[in-house]
Amino acid sequence: MRLKSKDLLGIRELDGEEIELILDTAESFREISTRAVKKVPTLRGRTIVSLFLEPSTRTRVSFELAGKRLSADVVNISAKASALAKGECLKDTAKTIEAMNADLVVMRHSAAGAPHFLAKLIECGVINAGDGAHEHPTQALLDLFTIRERLGKVEGLHVVIIGDIAHSRVARSNILALTKLGARVTVVGPPTLIPMGIGEMGCEVSYDLDTVLSQADVVYALRIQLERQTETLFPSLREYAALFGLNKERAVGLKKNALIMHPGPMNRGIEITAEVADLPQSVVANQVANGVAVRMAILYLLIGGGKSA
Amino acid sequence: MRGVHSPPLQSGQAEGFTLKGEFEMAFKEKTTIMDKDAIQRALTRIAHEIVERNGGAENLALVGIRSRGVHLASRLVRKIGEIEGVTPPLGALDITFYRDDIGTRPQPKASVTEIAFDVTGKDTILVDDVLYTGRSVRAAMDAIFDLGRPTTIQLAVMIDRGHRELPVRADFVGKNIPTSQREEVRVNLEEEDGIDAVILGEEVI
Amino acid sequence: MPDVLIRGGRVIDPASKIDAVLDVLVEDGKIKMVKKDISLKSADVIDAPGLIVCPGLIDMHVHLREPGREDEETIASGTRAAVRGGFTSVACMPNTDPVADNASVIEFILERARNEGVAHVLPIGAITKGLKGEELSEMGELMRVGAVAFSDDGNSVMNAEVMRRALEYSEMLDILIIVHAEDVNLSKRGQMNEGFYSTLLGLKGAPAAAEEAMIARDLILAEMTEARLHIAHVSTAGSVRLIRQAKERGVRVTCEATPHHLVLTEALLATYDTNCKVNPPLRTEVDVLALREGLKDGTIDAIASDHAPHALHEKEREFDYAPFGIVGLETALPLMLAELVESDELSYTQLIEKLSCNPARILGFEGGSLSVGNPADITMFDPKAKVKVDTNSFASKSKNSPLGGWELIGMAKYVLVDGKLVLRDGRVA
Repeated sequence: MRLKSKDLLGIRELDGEEIELILDTAESFREISTRAVKKVPTLRGRTIVSLFLEPSTRTRVSFELAGKRLSADVVNISAKASALAKGECLKDTAKTIEAMNADLVVMRHSAAGAPHFLAKLIECGVINAGDGAHEHPTQALLDLFTIRERLGKVEGLHVVIIGDIAHSRVARSNILALTKLGARVTVVGPPTLIPMGIGEMGCEVSYDLDTVLSQADVVYALRIQLERQTETLFPSLREYAALFGLNKERAVGLKKNALIMHPGPMNRGIEITAEVADLPQSVVANQVANGVAVRMAILYLLIGGGKSA
Repeated sequence: MRGVHSPPLQSGQAEGFTLKGEFEMAFKEKTTIMDKDAIQRALTRIAHEIVERNGGAENLALVGIRSRGVHLASRLVRKIGEIEGVTPPLGALDITFYRDDIGTRPQPKASVTEIAFDVTGKDTILVDDVLYTGRSVRAAMDAIFDLGRPTTIQLAVMIDRGHRELPVRADFVGKNIPTSQREEVRVNLEEEDGIDAVILGEEVI
Repeated sequence: MPDVLIRGGRVIDPASKIDAVLDVLVEDGKIKMVKKDISLKSADVIDAPGLIVCPGLIDMHVHLREPGREDEETIASGTRAAVRGGFTSVACMPNTDPVADNASVIEFILERARNEGVAHVLPIGAITKGLKGEELSEMGELMRVGAVAFSDDGNSVMNAEVMRRALEYSEMLDILIIVHAEDVNLSKRGQMNEGFYSTLLGLKGAPAAAEEAMIARDLILAEMTEARLHIAHVSTAGSVRLIRQAKERGVRVTCEATPHHLVLTEALLATYDTNCKVNPPLRTEVDVLALREGLKDGTIDAIASDHAPHALHEKEREFDYAPFGIVGLETALPLMLAELVESDELSYTQLIEKLSCNPARILGFEGGSLSVGNPADITMFDPKAKVKVDTNSFASKSKNSPLGGWELIGMAKYVLVDGKLVLRDGRVA
């Protein structure tokens, strides 16, 4: 059993079986992360290039840790230090990486589809670590893993995703992943932040947070990017927080076991209040911990097997 | 009109990346070498030998290699408990990430290592079903060292079929079976296979 | 110049309502005679049985990139691409560098075309200086040196007052205004059509409304000023509806659609193929069907390629950073034959109207007909010949077409421009 592609470009390209495989494999790695020696020799001698062309600390560190715990060599290329900052085009960067005999590239880019472009240019695998407003597949997989860990399953659950769906790659990957495993997804936010045609991706749409919250098994608050306010997508942060913020009053109406999730970093007081973020149902810290295990699983599944047979 | 009926939800799938023949081998049975009773007797004997060699069960810990080694270890723990009145701790070890053949053969499905005790200072009995090249045992020893520093590591196997590629030998053996390399030995256990039996057979395509 | 006799082809000339197997005699660069069994010993003979002989095709919307981006296209390469695609005339947009907003650029283009071109080049002048949408260019002067129409193609004249004045002024000159209709406040940064696919792909979408709102404004202004308005590359069902209604109430409006908008949908963007990145963007199936309906009922007058060459290194980029545009001169005819005529949605006569007679009429250009005395601009193509698109074989300097590898029908075989054989057996002479 293995993944069908050399790349992990998005949840769109995975089937349910592959998602389950990744989650099952991540269970093994979670145990390793609890040991005193958090390292296995599995990817000794393999080279992973982490190509982050958009600032990110969490995802980059999580991947770096995952690679190192598998004994791979992880090389970082960041936007500022790379030749891309000097006007090199991505095609030439790809050629350079190819010439270095890398086994895998982990890529973050502000342009949707950039990892797909890179994957066509190079023979080694490409992991999409977030491309524009398109996908962030490893985030969705770690979210699924966290849900499964806490609630025992994903199928049949009702997941409510709140916030800026239009600009969120986390939302897209989660909608695709959750629905592939049989969950029901409702997205909630002001119409200005709900993109056209999102319903065709298999989710429901609501503009009224309070009516959907009581049915939710998982409440997933997205980060509001503060600059959206200047694009007239909502009138003010105050009004956003009043209509769509997860606050104490709203948390009271949740099901007893409902999980509260957030991809981080949180704007406390806007999409989620400090009290809610620190509730026992909040699994934000678990998400981060599980991120390393899930990324280890993905690295292992992509380059821990035979080279193309 | 073009584009309307193209599969919209697929892109970027790599081609030519399947492992042909991965699951095409079949096992052809030749003879049953051990039946249920023979396996029971061998385990009872090994349990006694372990206790004898270690002067009791006080400092023992048993670690089975996934998956069948875990079942064997579990039975040995029970037997040792019956003999000594002390039940040693039992662990399950997954060696997938320590194998030396990563990248040369199809990926096995990984499972979880569950060792809830500290191996440091223990006389650790590593349990597996078949000892063959010795490579699994090497991987298992590396895995155990990542968990702590046992006083000793001893090896118990149900079958030793020869053809060692590493300087590894078993301390406790259920049965030695001379085999050819074409042959394969399968240890079937009730917990996993529904029946207790050791079978000699051949891989056929 | 030797006389040319085209013998035994199926002559289709919608302007003269001819569709019959006839011979065509060309003398001194003009059409001398169109009738059965002409015998003339001294002429060069083109044996045309099995071929369709029609008035030379006219592409009223191309970008030749000269002056400014000669690495992408030149007047020499662009007119060769035209001829290879069966076009005897191309109208080129003014968004060159420098912009064709002054007489010297128009004169330069015409001079180049005379010296190096193999097809007629009809320059279109800029409506506003620098295509900035602020001050009118000297339209009278540009017209005097040879501009055939005015357009700020690539941009909309966002200021309605400026647009009103441009239309009023053009009405005085009796010249056509061609508009690229896009409300850039609505479409801002849109990389593709807004809808399910833009959401799925995480690309910024430009809504159909950005095109339709601007068309609605321009139709109202054209109605008010009674000027002649031509709407370029119509791409949405709503646009077709607006134009149909305007025509019904007598607004002097014409419009064109591109072959790619008549065939391709946004679904092709699922692989982030930058060769499918075009403005206006590829739309939905509903839009494609509405465009075809508009073509059939006459709402859409012309088919124009919007041939937009781009350098390989500019298209081989992240989708967001790649420029908009598709090259179309060499695939327009075979694509339309394969997709619209082969499926009986359009007859040969209708297709030739959209590709020749109507563009000539809209631009006020003498051509688009095989009437005796007309310049001998003649296109011949084999309506049964299958062709596989090989972008590397394009005469255009740029290869940014999403149609590479497609099986199409009916490449041009012979082309005469002013009686001169410029395409022989599919090769540019």
